Amino acid sequence: MNDIIKNARKDALTLVAFAAVFTLVMAFVYQITKAPIEKSEAEARMALFAQIIPPNIHDNDVLKDAITIAPSPLLGNKQPTIANRARLNNQPQAIILEAIAPDGYSGDIKLLIAIKYDGSVSGVRVLTHKETPGLGDYIEIAKNDWIKLFDGESLTQTNDAGWKVKKDGGKFDYMAGATITPRAVVKAVHKALQYFEANKAQLFAEGAKPNE
Amino acid sequence: MSNQYSEIALNGLWKQNPGVVQLLGLCPTLAVTTSAVNGLSLGLATALVMACANGTVSPVRKLVPDEIRVPVFILVIAALVTVIDLLIHGFALPLHKVLGIFIPLIVVNCIVLARVESFAAKSEPAPSIFDGLMMGLGLTAVLTILGGMRELVGKGTLFSGLDLALGPQFKHYVITVIPDYHGFLLAILPPGAFLGLACLVAYRNWAESHDTQSQANLSLKPDH
Repeated sequence: MNDIIKNARKDALTLVAFAAVFTLVMAFVYQITKAPIEKSEAEARMALFAQIIPPNIHDNDVLKDAITIAPSPLLGNKQPTIANRARLNNQPQAIILEAIAPDGYSGDIKLLIAIKYDGSVSGVRVLTHKETPGLGDYIEIAKNDWIKLFDGESLTQTNDAGWKVKKDGGKFDYMAGATITPRAVVKAVHKALQYFEANKAQLFAEGAKPNE
Repeated sequence: MSNQYSEIALNGLWKQNPGVVQLLGLCPTLAVTTSAVNGLSLGLATALVMACANGTVSPVRKLVPDEIRVPVFILVIAALVTVIDLLIHGFALPLHKVLGIFIPLIVVNCIVLARVESFAAKSEPAPSIFDGLMMGLGLTAVLTILGGMRELVGKGTLFSGLDLALGPQFKHYVITVIPDYHGFLLAILPPGAFLGLACLVAYRNWAESHDTQSQANLSLKPDH
């Protein structure tokens, strides 16, 4: 009986010792990589922002000028998201919204949509998607320029009926073989523009939290 | 001594190759190998984890009671993978984007535990590290070849994504083997991984049996 307890104690102590040592190792590495990780994530985000908002139209730190906005059906999200704002001499120039197209071919398509203060699209990029490689993935900028079709589009330039792919009677091109994917993206961008129109004033207010 | 090392190398790369002989670690093998670069990157990350895991376990093997060796080994492997994941995330973000969720998956790759259990727990540190490295490189070779095959058949290119892993200056190393190729989706989708791996296993078995036959023919012993 004594032997069993002795063995069990030894096993437990060994396990605890290993856990303690390796937790220390991980904590140490976490500490030294924390700053580089944050820095490189911020750089990657900034590079993405620069693709959809020309750097010369703003003079503020877009990463820092951020507000948290409540989820909205028009943005397709269920969690609060961060919106970044671009300003020039403190005048609002553009905002970057995150939106989700929930009706892609396989799951959510997460989009980053930059909208200029005048209500026109500055640029759209796909953050993540699970569309079929080789068919629906032309929405990625790395694969195709299709996503640039939205540049300069607005609710005034294209009426509601036009915000569809050509197959559905709208004005947006798509590629044979994948209609569901572009249809979902067009719809999401359209709704994001509507969200922008409805909440424009609050979105640019300092630190404000606009309603749905 | 050098004999022992060459045997370890031969085992890892060919005789006991984890990818096509032991058939261990199929989860990343099948999931990641949509391109040669993906296969190569994950293979090298796995080789690094395996060498570190073997090198960590071997020196402390006598401190670990037999009954709790598996939890201890898994603890060691999980900690090492976390460390490597953090390092790649911090210092090679583009690579981290490519490998994404697959790095944490190295923890559950049974080939790592298998080598720790069957080699490092019984051997000196130096051969253990070498064994982990060689097994890892054997897996890397399989992942790279499988990735290359699927990429070539599926997309008509080789080494696409090299610029993502190493930097934009490597963009022109991407080879477009078949221009204006419309792609063969089956190769990129999961079934392509199974079919490709089956071809590699078949080739390995054919080459091995070919080898033993010619050796048998050369041998002068009558009973062979």
